[in-house]
Amino acid sequence: MTYTPETLAQLEADAADIVSRYPVKRSALLPLLHLVQSVDGYVSPDGIAFCAKTVELTSAEVSAVATFYTQYKRRPNGEYQVGVCTTALCAIMGGDEIWRQVSEKAGVGHDETTADGKITLERIECNAACDYAPVMMVNWEFFDNMTPDRALRVVDDILEGRDVKPTRGSHKVGTFKETERVLAGFEDGRANEDQGVGDPTLAGLKVAREQGWEEKR
Amino acid sequence: MTDLTPVLSATWDAKESWTLDTYTDHGGYGALKKALGMAPGDLIQAVKDSGLRGRGGAGFPTGMKWGFLPPDDGGPRYLVVNADESEPGTCKDIPFMLSAPHNLIEGVAITSFAIGCNHAFIYLRGEVTHVYRRLLQAVREAYEAGHLGKDIHGSGFDLDVTVHAGAGAYICGEETALLDSLEGRRGQPRLKPPFPAVAGLYARPTVVNNVESVSSVPAIVERGVEWFTSMGTERSKGMGLFSLSGHVERPGQYEAPLGITLRELLEMAGGMRGGKKLKFWTPGGSSTPIFTDEHLDTPLDYESVGAAGSMLGTRALQIFDETTCVVRAVTRWTEFYKHESCGKCTPCREGTYWLTQILKRLEAGRGTEADIQQLLDTCDSILGRSFCALGDGATSSISSAIKYFREEFDAHVEGGCPFDHAASALFAYEPKAIEEAHA
Repeated sequence: MTYTPETLAQLEADAADIVSRYPVKRSALLPLLHLVQSVDGYVSPDGIAFCAKTVELTSAEVSAVATFYTQYKRRPNGEYQVGVCTTALCAIMGGDEIWRQVSEKAGVGHDETTADGKITLERIECNAACDYAPVMMVNWEFFDNMTPDRALRVVDDILEGRDVKPTRGSHKVGTFKETERVLAGFEDGRANEDQGVGDPTLAGLKVAREQGWEEKR
Repeated sequence: MTDLTPVLSATWDAKESWTLDTYTDHGGYGALKKALGMAPGDLIQAVKDSGLRGRGGAGFPTGMKWGFLPPDDGGPRYLVVNADESEPGTCKDIPFMLSAPHNLIEGVAITSFAIGCNHAFIYLRGEVTHVYRRLLQAVREAYEAGHLGKDIHGSGFDLDVTVHAGAGAYICGEETALLDSLEGRRGQPRLKPPFPAVAGLYARPTVVNNVESVSSVPAIVERGVEWFTSMGTERSKGMGLFSLSGHVERPGQYEAPLGITLRELLEMAGGMRGGKKLKFWTPGGSSTPIFTDEHLDTPLDYESVGAAGSMLGTRALQIFDETTCVVRAVTRWTEFYKHESCGKCTPCREGTYWLTQILKRLEAGRGTEADIQQLLDTCDSILGRSFCALGDGATSSISSAIKYFREEFDAHVEGGCPFDHAASALFAYEPKAIEEAHA
């Protein structure tokens, strides 16, 4: 491993925290891989060695797990993972066209990264926001009800170095590495940030309130 | 007309609904205190009597699942909450956890007490950063308030909760694949039996329940079995979240008693987009056979939907109007299953690959009449021939679409896709390039 002593010390402290959450060490492997991505920006050879040492597996065993899951990246990832949903419903509602325009604008295709390292583009599968279709995700935060114009503005903002804001979620999308640290299970103090609850989430509740429907007690 | 019944969704419009303070202000954690004063066996019986059935798709009776655990042998037993919501069309648990994470945690605490579990896990799909933030915070708040941890409210009951993020794999929504994944392995389904109740997480007795199932428990404990059974139908009790998406005026979450119909839901949702005609829809996500406008009045409960040839699944109603090409929709769903097949079983791994090849050929206008029969034959070779239900689900949309829209498949053979894809989109655009293959 080529980590500096400081980086390694931090990794070891974080890894100890992760391992302590589980009764069996190996269960820590998925969050550990997220942790490695928060440091290296992908599942690096060093990261695999670190995980293997931590959970007492071979590096081959760790690689076998890492390659199964789409969120673990095998090449250095862009600062922003931009995903356009092109599963059936989003695709039909306009996701295909959004994908075409975003890909053209960024100049990269699926699972490719822009030359400046800003964006890794991905055609994603259903992200459980179908009532907000068509959907885009940036570092796994929701960009709901997209149009090509809105999507291109997000891409522009990222390429020009401006902050981007999800439609539901935090006040500003963190970097890929920052996001991966959250996914390793470390709070970043941003849970109370909010862009408001979207209309689809409240659609039924609104009808019930208007009609004066209360569930029977 | 069936009334909506907001229970799980009742606090979603409250200020900072995700915080402990808001949840407590609305009576939150009252059910936990009540439950801790009850005998665990009585809690299990109450959930059995309520008729609550798993809200994650399969509809297995929740109380019965709990009752399958073998007698206590002094070793650990686990509750694992399936929060890996990934079935296309399904979008209820994610907004629920974003808005009301404490409702889930209260359900976890009560369920754990009932089944004798001291360490519960919430397996959240990894692709929802803000939901994970909210869950991590909610668990911390619950510990600080004494709702989790040691000797909860002086009951002598200890419970730790770990919120675990996955890393992008639909298959981990299958309960045994989820357990393998939680153990730090590739998420591949296990052969059953043994079922998780006997040998689940770390080969110990384990209950795996969906977010919505577990979250329905506090209300049942607090308001009683009779209250719950007053909603729903004879064998499908209670309320559930119905998620409307697609070509409707006001898509979203509608919490209603089981047995409501699409016609009723559509009326509440403002009807079809621009008054267009309904063409086809899924009652329970992409793994359930599609329905058409013939099924507008089918009660959305387990039995009626089953009798009509589909499954209630996750009540994920993806609704498509007359502008939509059914071959295109089915092709995309099939590509999804191809992408998400874990590769363990040959019929699913190879079958979804070949189905995709054939469908793409049809959609591109290069198909033959024999292709349609080949689709059906390949579906036959997959259905019922793999460890888990992913392969079965992959065949549902294909065989049902051919059943209802055979002529549309024929038209694709004769002259390619007859539809203007731009007409289905929510915004206007000039079609340009031919759509490339899905990754």
